[in-house]
Amino acid sequence: MGLDIRWPIALLFSIYGLILVVYGFFVGPEASQTRSLGVNINLWWGVVMLGFALFMGILALRGSRQDRP
Amino acid sequence: MHLSPVDYAIIGIYFIFVLGIGFALRGRMKTSEDFFLSGRSIPGWITGLAFMAANLGALEVMGHAANAAKYGMFVNHFYWLAAMPAMCFVGVFMMPFYYGSKVRSVPEFLKKRYNEKTRTLNALSFAVLTLLVSGIDLYAMAILFQRMLNWPFWSSVVASAAIVAIYIYLGGLTSSIYNEVLQFFLIVFGFLPLAIMGLKEVGGFAGLERSLPDPSYAHTWANIWSASQNPMGINWFGTVFGLGFVLSFGYWCTDFLVVQRALAAKDMAAAERTPLIAAVPKMFFPLLIVLPGLVAISLDPTLTKLLDGRYDNAIPALLGRYYPSGLLGIGLTALLASFMSGMAGNVTAFNTVWTYDIYQTHINPGRPDGHYLKMGKCATVFAVAAGIATAFIVLRFNNLMDYLQLLFAFFNAPLFGTFLLGMFWKRTTPNAAFSGLLSGTLGAMGHYALYAFGAIHYPTDMAANFYQAIYAFAICFGVTVIVTFFTEPKKEEELVGLVYSLTPRPKIEGLPWYNRPGILALGILGTCIVLNIIFW
Repeated sequence: MGLDIRWPIALLFSIYGLILVVYGFFVGPEASQTRSLGVNINLWWGVVMLGFALFMGILALRGSRQDRP
Repeated sequence: MHLSPVDYAIIGIYFIFVLGIGFALRGRMKTSEDFFLSGRSIPGWITGLAFMAANLGALEVMGHAANAAKYGMFVNHFYWLAAMPAMCFVGVFMMPFYYGSKVRSVPEFLKKRYNEKTRTLNALSFAVLTLLVSGIDLYAMAILFQRMLNWPFWSSVVASAAIVAIYIYLGGLTSSIYNEVLQFFLIVFGFLPLAIMGLKEVGGFAGLERSLPDPSYAHTWANIWSASQNPMGINWFGTVFGLGFVLSFGYWCTDFLVVQRALAAKDMAAAERTPLIAAVPKMFFPLLIVLPGLVAISLDPTLTKLLDGRYDNAIPALLGRYYPSGLLGIGLTALLASFMSGMAGNVTAFNTVWTYDIYQTHINPGRPDGHYLKMGKCATVFAVAAGIATAFIVLRFNNLMDYLQLLFAFFNAPLFGTFLLGMFWKRTTPNAAFSGLLSGTLGAMGHYALYAFGAIHYPTDMAANFYQAIYAFAICFGVTVIVTFFTEPKKEEELVGLVYSLTPRPKIEGLPWYNRPGILALGILGTCIVLNIIFW
């Protein structure tokens, strides 16, 4: 089918994860916490999204290896 | 609600990805089947997630969160009672016909099983209603973003419609399916923190149960035995038969918007697994949708603070309450994505039915395949333009939206009667199917007219919905059976592959046990029963 959708997913979520982590860690740790019941949700959720991106990337890599004979 | 640059950047990146997927696929659209059915080449897990996401339009997300705030856990029925059995049924019993008969659309199946008349009736009504609904999606999105962020109505309509038009024009159904998969993950990651934070604030499930305005909100089944005891005003019969049987089976089994995703699967096994794979995440979606609705109502039982007088505000209000800049961008992108892919789903279903079932059949048959590919692309542009026009018409006449939504919801109910009889009773005749379908649809409209003008009464609109579906189905079923006895059936050899008793079962040897549709379906239904008992 050509384009393996797992690559764009992995890429998009690693960009998003990175943005959230950077934002939560450097730009505004306080701003990231005030609304979110004291949790730095940007930082934590960014880490979760990065983990998911990594998982998708591994699946895509495995898929592309299997396709090659 | 105020957006900072980082939120705009997150939304912008999403648009780039959506268009990028369209551009990456543009070279692969060589035949009309590539464009309309993805060349039947997509693995089951992708069609499965798309099958689920096509149904996860933002109207559904916001609507069911609002219903949860209004009616409580009763809304779980839309997932566990309505969707689960129907999705298992499609996968195990209907895919062998749909995929096995190599039809390209639902109306085409009606042509093979019955006749041209039945197909045309179905194709025309489907085409018109699909266009209207895609306009409603656009309208709802633009209104929401106008209310939340002060984005001008016309600019969100035109911008999102243009993006949808471009990526479908370039990549056809494949584009739409890929974007639905992307949207699925965005919804999960964009909404899950909402549920987590909400539960944290109200003090877990125990705290939620304590702070709900009425104890009946915390139960799915406990108050179903009489209509006066439950907030929706519907008894068990209306719920189980109307929602659990007619409405849900009608939607999941016959709505080409979802069925098209399964037809794009790469082989029979993948097609059968499509609805079953979709059922697994669907089963847990109450966590993402019903739970925030319940949290919103328990934080603001009088609708005076957080919700500002509208149940519809449940999701936007919680986004604004919990999400800081950054995560807010992700949450809004998830909402945008689900509006856009909801519209895209309607556009791809429309261009296929228009091109194959109306244009190729009645207007200009016998042309080379490339001609129909071109027509499909034109139909895409037309459908999007018609969607924009509808959005502005609905904006002018606000209450039209309710009417269109209702008409659409009822169009599937009689069709399910036609399918059920056609699949399991080989005697059902073409003329009987046509008259049954026509009278069922007219019956539903008649019932709706009586209700709208106050001649029939129901405690809630939802109750009216369920009963209308039951009547439409019963009329279609009854008329079809009666007319069948007076008309000529098709010959048995013409019905091989179209009727259950005349179709060989697809082979399951060679599939590992966990991939066999029957076993998957049993596992899903079993888990679903456990969920029902936990949240009884």
